Amino acid sequence: MNPAAGVKTLKIDGRDCSAGPGQTILDVARENNIFIPRLCEMKGLSNVGGCRLCLVEVNGLNKLQPSCVTAVEEGMEVTTRSERLDGYRRMIVELLFTEGNHVCSVCVSNGHCDLQFMAQKLGVTHMHLPYRYPKKLVDASHERFVLDHNRCILCTRCVRVCDEIEGAHTWDVMGRGIDSKVITDLNQPWGASESCTGCGKCVQVCPTGALLEKGRSVAEMEKRRQFLPYLTLMREEHE
Amino acid sequence: MTLEELEEIGRRERAAQEGFQQHVNVCVAAGCLSCQSDAVKDALSNEVASRDGGKRCQVKGVGCMGLCAEGPLVSTSDGQLYQHVAPSDAAEIVESLDAKPVARLHCPTDVPFFERQKKIVLENSGEIDPERIEEYIARDGYLALTRALTEMKPQQVIAEITTSGLRGRGGAGYPTGLKWSTVAKATGTQKFVLCNADEGDPGAFMDRSVLESDPHRVLEGMLIAAYAVGASEGYIYVRAEYPLAIKRLKIAIRQAERLGLLGSNICGTEFSLRIDLRLGAGAFVCGEETALIASIEGKRGTPRPRPPYPAMEGLFGEPTLINNVETYASVPPILRNGGMWYAQIGTEKSKGTKVFALAGRVRNTGLVEVPMGITLREMVFDMGGGIPEGKRFKAVQTGGPSGGCLPAETLDMPVEYESLAKVGSIMGSGGMIVMDESSCMVDVAKYFMEFCMTESCGKCAPCRVGTYQMHRILSAITNMTATENDLKTLEELCDLVKHTSLCGLGQSSPNPVLSTLRYFLAEYKAHVREHRCPAGVCAMKVQETVTA
Repeated sequence: MNPAAGVKTLKIDGRDCSAGPGQTILDVARENNIFIPRLCEMKGLSNVGGCRLCLVEVNGLNKLQPSCVTAVEEGMEVTTRSERLDGYRRMIVELLFTEGNHVCSVCVSNGHCDLQFMAQKLGVTHMHLPYRYPKKLVDASHERFVLDHNRCILCTRCVRVCDEIEGAHTWDVMGRGIDSKVITDLNQPWGASESCTGCGKCVQVCPTGALLEKGRSVAEMEKRRQFLPYLTLMREEHE
Repeated sequence: MTLEELEEIGRRERAAQEGFQQHVNVCVAAGCLSCQSDAVKDALSNEVASRDGGKRCQVKGVGCMGLCAEGPLVSTSDGQLYQHVAPSDAAEIVESLDAKPVARLHCPTDVPFFERQKKIVLENSGEIDPERIEEYIARDGYLALTRALTEMKPQQVIAEITTSGLRGRGGAGYPTGLKWSTVAKATGTQKFVLCNADEGDPGAFMDRSVLESDPHRVLEGMLIAAYAVGASEGYIYVRAEYPLAIKRLKIAIRQAERLGLLGSNICGTEFSLRIDLRLGAGAFVCGEETALIASIEGKRGTPRPRPPYPAMEGLFGEPTLINNVETYASVPPILRNGGMWYAQIGTEKSKGTKVFALAGRVRNTGLVEVPMGITLREMVFDMGGGIPEGKRFKAVQTGGPSGGCLPAETLDMPVEYESLAKVGSIMGSGGMIVMDESSCMVDVAKYFMEFCMTESCGKCAPCRVGTYQMHRILSAITNMTATENDLKTLEELCDLVKHTSLCGLGQSSPNPVLSTLRYFLAEYKAHVREHRCPAGVCAMKVQETVTA
C-alpha cells in the first residue's frame, strides 16, 4: 500500500470504517451514520473541543479523546457509547443546564434547540445538581437580532463563524471560568458594534436561543444552517 | 566571544574579587528585599566606604540564600550568616570582620536546612550579583554554551541531556532529552524555544528565586536548548507579578547581547538566537503550554486540545520547545559536568535535584534544593525544623492546586515523580505547604477549588461549571449545610472533571479534593453528619431567619 495515500482503516463500535487523510473520528462516524453527541462542533467551522460531549474511548489510550479533533490513526478501535461515556455526557449536559437560565417553555428555540435535543437524546430527565440562577443580561440593541446571555452555553460557534466565515470577528469571549461571556467588539452593545455586518450567521449557527431574530415568539426560532455547507463547498471549489 | 575571551573575563573578575580581603553579601531577592534588605545593603556600603574608602571590603547584593523567613540575610567572608539584619546593624557587622562574629544576629548554618541541601540549580544563588554577567562568567558561566557551540554537535548535546535523566521541572516530569530530540527532529521553517516562567501555584516561588538570583543560568540553558533543537527565536513568558525577575532578566539579556553571547552568530558560529520577554497578564492557566503559546501569539490565553503537541505545532504553528525555568537552569551544570554525573544524583526514575519552596506551618520557611528521593519527613521535620508552637503535623500539600494533601502515613515516602503520583499527589513545580492540626482539610480543599474555579479559562464545560459546582458543595460542607448525598455528588463531579476536562488545569483540579477525601474522610463526615469541624475552622452558617 502506498503510505502517501494517507488512507486508514479503523473500527468504530465494532464496525470497520475507512478514513481519508486528515479525517477525524467524528468525520468518519458521521459518514457511517454513527451518532456522537456534541454541541460546540459544527461542520464547516474549526473545532475547539470545548463541550467535551464527543469524548470517546480509544483502545490503548488511557485518556478519553475528543472525537471532533482526534485524527484517525491506522487500526484505531473506537467506542462511542458506554455506560461511563453516557454518564459523563448526561452530567455535562446537566452542568450546562444548571449554569445558565434555560427555561424551555418560554424559549424561542423550544423544539429546535441543540441543547434540548442532546438532553432528550441522552435521557437527561431531571437535574441532580442545583441551578445557579445567575443574573444575566439580554442585549436587544441590534435592530434585527437579540443576544440573550441566559441561554448561552459558550460553545463559541458564533465567535468562529464570524471570524472564519464572515471575516468580521465581531464576536469574542471575555472573562474567565464561570464568568465567561460572549461579547461583541470590545464589550459594546451589539447595536453599536462597528465591525458587525449584520449578516446573521452567528444567529443561525447558535445551538440554543441565545442568539435570535427579533419578532420570534416561543418555539418560532428555527435556525437555517444550509448556508454553511454551501459556502464551504463554494469556497473549496474556488480554491 | 571565544572560549579564551570568556575565560579571560572570568579570570579578570576573579582577580578583582580577590583584590578585596573581605566580602559582605546581602540578599536582594524579593523575600529579603520586602524586609528592606536594600536599606541594609546601603548602610553596609556607607559603613565600608567611611572606613577605608571601600578598598578592603566589598559589599554586594546577591540572590536568594534560602532561609527567607529569617530575612534580611547577610553573609560574610568569615563564614557567618546573619539573620534579621537591620540597617543599624551595619557598623557592628563591618567591625566584626576583624574581630568576633556578631552573636546577636547569628544564624546557624550547621543545621539540616542548609546541610541536607545539594545545590545545582541554586549553586550561584546567594553568591553572585545577579545584575552582573561577569560574576556569572567567573563561576564558569556560559562555559557550557561556548563548549557546546564549538565542540559538540546538537545531537551530542541532546544525548548528554538524555543521559542525565533530567525530567521537566514544571510538574509533569516529561523526559527533557526526549522532548528536545522530538523538537530537533520536527521540520518547520523556523523553530522556537520558550521558557515557562508563569509560576502561579499558591505558595510556590522557586522560579522567581532562580530568575532573581541567577538569570544568566536560565538564558544559558535556553541558548543550549535552542542550539540543540535548531531554534532561532526564544521567548521567556514571565508573569507580570514578578517585576524584579523581569528587571533582572532584561538586564541579563542586554548584557549577554553586548558580549555576543546572545544575538547573531554567537561565539563566532552560525548559531543565532534572539530572546524576548513576554509578560503574563495574571492568568494561572497561561502556565499550561498551549495557553501560554496562545498568549504569546496575542490571543486569549486558553488551552487547545493536544495533539498536535507544541513540539510539532507550537508557537505560530512552528515546532516549539517549551521548558520550565528550573529545567533550563539545570542544563548548564549538566553539560559542564556530564550527563552521567547528574544521573548519579537522585533515584532510579527521578534524577538530579529539585528546588522546593517550603512554606506553611514549619519553622524554617524558604527555598531548598534537595536530591530527589529525600523523604517528606526529612524535608518537613529535619530541614523544615518541624511544626512550631508544639502543634501536631497534619498534612503536606505538594504540587499546588493540581496536587494533593498527603497525611502523616506518607511521610516516609521518597520525593520522586512516581511515588508522589501513587499516593494521589504530584511533584508539581515545587510548592510544599505544611499544615498542622489547626487546618481543616475540607477548608483547604475548598480554598484550592476556589482557586481553580476562578482560574478556569471557561473554554470547556466540565471545568467551567464543574469547578463551580464542586466549590458550591465544599462551601456547603464547611457551612455545615451539606448532606450525605452532596458527598456522593462531589465524588461524581471529581471523576467527571478529572476525566473529561480539556487541559491539565481542569483534569487536576479535583486532586486536592480527592486526596483529602482519601486520607481525611473522617473530617468530611464530621462536618456532614455531626455538623462539627474537628479543627475548629469552619463555623455553622447562621441561617437568616425572617421575622414577622
